[in-house]
Amino acid sequence: MAVYKRSYSGYTGKITPRRSRFLILTRYSARGLFSSRIMTGLFILSLIFPILVIAGLYLNHNTQLMSLLKFHGDSFLEVKGTLFMFVMSFQGSFAFLITAFIGPGLIAPDLTNNALPLYFCRPISRTEYVLGRACVLLFLLSLVTWIPGLLIFGIQGTLSSGWAIEHLRIAEGILVGSLLWISILTLLALALSAWVRWKLVAGGLLLGVMFATTGFAGAIGAVMQTAKGLYLDPAAMVAIIYCNFFDIDNKSGIGTPGACLSLITMGAFCIWLLSKKIRAFQVVR
Amino acid sequence: MTPAIELAGLDVHLGSRKILDDLTCTLSGRTIGLLGPNGAGKSTLINTLLGFHKPTRGTARILGHDIQKDQDHIRSIIGFMPENDSFIAHMTAVAFVRMMGELSGLPAEAALERAHEVLFYVGLGEARYRNLGTYSLGMKQLAKLAQAIVHGPQLVILDEPTNGLDPPARQRMTRMIREMKETGVRIILCSHLLRDVEETCEEVLILKQGRIVHYSNIEEERKANLRFVEIETHGDETGFIEALEELGCECAIAGDRRVKMVMSEGMEIRQIYQAAAATNLQLRRLNYRRDTLEDIFLKAMENNGGRVSAGPGERNGSL
Repeated sequence: MAVYKRSYSGYTGKITPRRSRFLILTRYSARGLFSSRIMTGLFILSLIFPILVIAGLYLNHNTQLMSLLKFHGDSFLEVKGTLFMFVMSFQGSFAFLITAFIGPGLIAPDLTNNALPLYFCRPISRTEYVLGRACVLLFLLSLVTWIPGLLIFGIQGTLSSGWAIEHLRIAEGILVGSLLWISILTLLALALSAWVRWKLVAGGLLLGVMFATTGFAGAIGAVMQTAKGLYLDPAAMVAIIYCNFFDIDNKSGIGTPGACLSLITMGAFCIWLLSKKIRAFQVVR
Repeated sequence: MTPAIELAGLDVHLGSRKILDDLTCTLSGRTIGLLGPNGAGKSTLINTLLGFHKPTRGTARILGHDIQKDQDHIRSIIGFMPENDSFIAHMTAVAFVRMMGELSGLPAEAALERAHEVLFYVGLGEARYRNLGTYSLGMKQLAKLAQAIVHGPQLVILDEPTNGLDPPARQRMTRMIREMKETGVRIILCSHLLRDVEETCEEVLILKQGRIVHYSNIEEERKANLRFVEIETHGDETGFIEALEELGCECAIAGDRRVKMVMSEGMEIRQIYQAAAATNLQLRRLNYRRDTLEDIFLKAMENNGGRVSAGPGERNGSL
């Protein structure tokens, strides 16, 4: 029907598959993401460090360039677990900042504008709605965390034969630690924005929650002389996972399963919080 | 025609409160009005039909589909315009309506085309690239209608569609509802404005305290009302009444010089004048009985204990 006809007609065309429809929300959410200069700047900054590390790896294996730069050591960059620990921790911090910046804006506007009934009167479930919103953060944070991490791992593996097979656990650590970290960040950001509704407050609260849990874990450790308080600190749990996979001394005594369980519990709590708030209508009892 | 709504012993509790109480009815009209005072359960009924609230007991079907078993299918064939402000402030109307179309299953290009079409149709063509946050209340209502019809639903649920509209915009809205009805779209209209319902609906369901207190088939009632006549006379009406009864009418004297009658099938009003002339009786006034929706509504509200009553439409609709 041409627009000038201005009369109502039904739709008889084809319909898209149901399974991938939640990605429509992801697409629309991602659209305006880089319209903010702060966000664009933050994202570019987050990519600088991995690029420098990749340049260092290249330098490590280019003796001509090393001699040109008058570097006489064994290697420019020592490639072992500690390097990956540093890279992933650094990238993890950027992931946290990006989450604090864009995470609260994913759900809060829908709640403040009372838009949820419009989504849920369509063939889209609450799970798909949250998944669609979460995918924006998951894709973006992947570009900042495990993708550069695995890229560095892959380049090092290509440059020195046999290294990748020997250090396969590093790749596993990058994947497991990053995925848990970005999942927790995403769920926490969505849950807080669903409960607080104001973007700025939710962003501030996310920062507060992260610092508060670290502080609380430190306080428990100092008072009770135990590392068990770390179970409340998601950043510490991810660091423990990295340590165990990267073969770095882990002084806390918490194993990978314990750390994973703690993070999964936190994630489940966030999902519960979301399930309470992501509804077409709030029922006042 | 498949019934638009079938309710069978539907109970809905919100928390410990019973909001809908044993609703049973079958509504087959093309446009169905849902009436009732505040807190009657109209919105809860709509939300239950949309699957937002689970029935505690009983079943409900929309266009023959069970609301619990075929929820996905139902949601793909219905459109919903909520009562409250529901929009995404930072989106343009086109982007908003397009996204809603895509979520209903339209491919991206078709959704964009339809978004432009429906925005022109509802009268927001010139403002379609403006952010929804900058819209007036009336424009937001129209944008809500656009998103409800973008995917060409078979049934549209409109919750207070004329809220916040000025008289021309209200007329435009009711005209659009009538137009949509003509194209075969079934409509459920929930409104406090009886005039809107009267102008657009064929059937009316009145709720009070979560129960159905009245069902009325307005179309049937309009036809039936034409057969009830009240006459004021001057003179001796005995011969006149006998003449009318010979024509098959049922007559009753309703006070001094007033006659109430039900015209027989196929009888024309001209024959009443002929009977009066033949019996040499002056007719001072002749009225059709006309129950407005307001009368029906007020009678239903007076109904004690939430007992169901039904107008002449009871013959077609079932309760």
